[in-house]
Amino acid sequence: MATARGGSGPDPGSRGLLLLSFSVVLAGLCGGNSVERKIYIPLNKTAPCVRLLNATHQIGCQSSISGDTGVIHVVEKEDDLKWVLTDGPNPPYMVLLEGKLFTRDIMEKLKGETSRIAGLAVTLAKPNSTSSFSPSVQCPNDGFGIYSNSYGPEFAHCKKTLWNELGNGLAYDDFSFPIFLLEDENETKVIKQCYQDHNLGQNGSAPSFPLCAMQLFSHMHAVISTATCMRRSFIQSTFSINPEIVCDPLSDYNVWSMLKPINTSGGLEPDVRVVVAATRLDSRSFFWNVAPGAESAVASFVTQLAAAEALHKAPDVTTLPRNVMFVFFQGETFDYIGSSRMVYDMENGKFPVRLENIDSFVELGQVALRTSLELWMHTDPMSQKNESVKNQVEDLLVTLEQSGADTPQVVLSRLVQSQALPPSSLQRFLRARNISGVVLADHSGSFHNRYYQSIYDTAENINVTYPESQSPEEDLNFVTDTAKALADVATVLARALYKLAGGTNFNNSIQADPQTVTRLLYGFLVRANNSWFQSILRHDLRSYLDDGPLQHYIAVSSPTNTTYVVQYALANLTGKVTNLTQEQCQDPSKVPNESKDLYEYSWVQGPWNSNKTERLPRCVRSTVRLARALSPAFELSQWSSTEYSTWAESRWKDIQARIFLIASKELEFITLIVGFSILVFSLIVTYCINAKADVLFVAPREPGAVSY
Amino acid sequence: MTAPVFFGCAFIAFGPALALYLFTIATDPLRVIFLIAGAFFWLVSLLLSSVFWFLVRVITDNRDGPVQNYLLIFGVLLSVCIQELFRLAYYRLLKKASEGLKSINPEETAPSMRLLAYVSGLGFGIMSGVFSFVNTLSNALGPGTVGIHGDSPQFFLNSAFMTLVIIMLHVFWGIVFFDGCEKNKWYILLTVLLTHLLVSTQTLLSPHYEVNLVTAYIIMVLMGIWAFCVAGGSRRSLKLCLLCQDKDFLLYNQRSR
Repeated sequence: MATARGGSGPDPGSRGLLLLSFSVVLAGLCGGNSVERKIYIPLNKTAPCVRLLNATHQIGCQSSISGDTGVIHVVEKEDDLKWVLTDGPNPPYMVLLEGKLFTRDIMEKLKGETSRIAGLAVTLAKPNSTSSFSPSVQCPNDGFGIYSNSYGPEFAHCKKTLWNELGNGLAYDDFSFPIFLLEDENETKVIKQCYQDHNLGQNGSAPSFPLCAMQLFSHMHAVISTATCMRRSFIQSTFSINPEIVCDPLSDYNVWSMLKPINTSGGLEPDVRVVVAATRLDSRSFFWNVAPGAESAVASFVTQLAAAEALHKAPDVTTLPRNVMFVFFQGETFDYIGSSRMVYDMENGKFPVRLENIDSFVELGQVALRTSLELWMHTDPMSQKNESVKNQVEDLLVTLEQSGADTPQVVLSRLVQSQALPPSSLQRFLRARNISGVVLADHSGSFHNRYYQSIYDTAENINVTYPESQSPEEDLNFVTDTAKALADVATVLARALYKLAGGTNFNNSIQADPQTVTRLLYGFLVRANNSWFQSILRHDLRSYLDDGPLQHYIAVSSPTNTTYVVQYALANLTGKVTNLTQEQCQDPSKVPNESKDLYEYSWVQGPWNSNKTERLPRCVRSTVRLARALSPAFELSQWSSTEYSTWAESRWKDIQARIFLIASKELEFITLIVGFSILVFSLIVTYCINAKADVLFVAPREPGAVSY
Repeated sequence: MTAPVFFGCAFIAFGPALALYLFTIATDPLRVIFLIAGAFFWLVSLLLSSVFWFLVRVITDNRDGPVQNYLLIFGVLLSVCIQELFRLAYYRLLKKASEGLKSINPEETAPSMRLLAYVSGLGFGIMSGVFSFVNTLSNALGPGTVGIHGDSPQFFLNSAFMTLVIIMLHVFWGIVFFDGCEKNKWYILLTVLLTHLLVSTQTLLSPHYEVNLVTAYIIMVLMGIWAFCVAGGSRRSLKLCLLCQDKDFLLYNQRSR
């Protein structure tokens, strides 16, 4: 079948097509000359909800294989739903739902009437019109931490503290219809205009055809569970020449670096002690690849980046008795993919640092929404039943309190009562070994974050706002209050790590730079394509930076933008600019005193020169490395594992949304009847004429030759 | 579900052509061959027009705006001329071929030039109809219909009727054109060319489908009458036919089929 999509013109020379295209051009229609452009308006700025699978469930949404079509109905208040669910005469309906109505109650209602619902398009709510929204569950990552019915049952399943009280669990539900997010206000306006022009009947009566409709394509290939879809993919890739993979495991890379370089070709000696500073890199939301995660991820890893920079500046780091390892775990949102893999690798000797080397563990949870000066220190009550661990934890807390003493803006406080750890990477380490660890967070009980893992967890959520009428460059260097607060937290963290590593001399000179924090926040939350990010990235990675914020969904193609940017930010903040040439930088093995085992070398674009004509590229030497963050369940082919994360993302062919008019059934059948009558009529007439051709067409000169 | 529109439009556009093919062409293998050869000649004319169009687009650098419109008008004129040139070429070829056929097989009567005119006209018509309408027809499958930008919702119907008229016009033009060649009357060829140009360009002047359709149908009826006369029809024969008085006619005009 011929399609006219995207043609630059009509079939050249074909007069018939030219006729059509002329009509279009002369009708003055958006310069389009293909029929398809006369019919459809594609919606380009949308985000779908896609299907994810774990060992037991499928979550997310999907459309039928040829897309789901429905008449658009705009639902701006709850009463409008009545038309969709019972009154409307033209089901199925495509519901254009206001962002603030995207709640569990309404979604339950829609789920109950799937025969009348073709799909859902959700608009972004205006800022502050929703007081809270979290599509995550109330007890995130339940079952994959340390607490279970057999170990600490009193803490299992968030019995004591419901960490995400506001969670409605929508993002972990399975929907049988497609749901799209409309990210562009202008497109939403176009849809609403179409709805007002065509779908509003007079005085609440049924509107007349043609009606404005929307079609959503998001057909998912995988079903049921990860075990099922991985088995199907496995069978395909074993026997088929062109395997049709149906799902991919969620995977990416952890970013890690050491304060003092270590030889990565072998393991550490057992007597080397390492202090681990950890945080998470990723977040998610209901919609695919929309994961701003400002509070749930960005604020904490930005703080840790700033702390790493501050600590590296201390003059005596090379003489400290203990080493410090900074880790940024990827995929923690999906049942601790990154940390479980690192623990697995450490246990199996595939990671230079072993579990036995870990001296203590400091993790940053959500830290940007401190309501008072307090930063809470969460510890695990179960491991402290062991007396020696209890003492170690006590020492750790004392050290932390001391290092916070000189920073009046941050007060490190202990919890009043013993309470489970919040969802954190530390839990995965505690599962493997009793180590002393602490999680620093802005909340003592449930999260302060009202938009945990939602599309609204943006810069505004953590009060990162900029004065209007500033240029992007001014915004980049504008130190916000949030940046100052996070820099204080980073200072405390850096000093604590310094002390934990055995340092004593320069404790008070360690100071995190608010400028660094604000630049990082601006880059991750407002505009990734800024001059600073450009200058610290490798040349071929510059296209990873968009004009918008970075999204922190782990995804299946790796490494993701976030991982790269964090890797290079950490490298530039903690590394050293060397004077190697580009060739030497790419292969430093021939250069004396440089070693690829100890260091990682990256050739970055560098800043502009003074008259902004060209960049000054340079070679940065750091200890920053990537480590695979693919759940061990896939390594071991245990696709129904309850021990490790089994999250996988379904594949799909086409994600697409478009609006158009649909004609009434009557008009369609009139067309058919007219066509049929013409066919029958012409058959009869031709038969008659042909039968009487001799009578009709007298051919005097050539008798008998003409036979029509 | 817009399969009804798809089939409705397909029947409108190609129903008469299908009927003609079934009853008058498919009965004789030689006619099928000439029909396909005619369609092929139209395709070659399209190819040539495309080459010119492509060259012109390259030369003018794909500019937008009024230049684009002038280019389109130029394209239409050029394409129509090339099509008529190829009709002439096909006539020349058939002329030679029928002589050749006669020399190979003297017992059997070769098809008359008027029959070949009709067959080639239908071949031209079917091919041009297919090329102009298939893209539109594929979009008629839906799910959407034209109109979101404010166009007439009858777009598909209009296009189908336009295709129908173009196919029929090609048949009539074919008959008249070949007759003109036979009689060496060049003004007939000129008339065919001018009406072809008229039908093609009148769609440029008006965005209103109704006007286009009505004009095209008037031209079709006129050309039809002309072709009817050229093919040997007259008012008397029509009358005889309609009144079923062909019996006595048969007495002195032997049925030869």
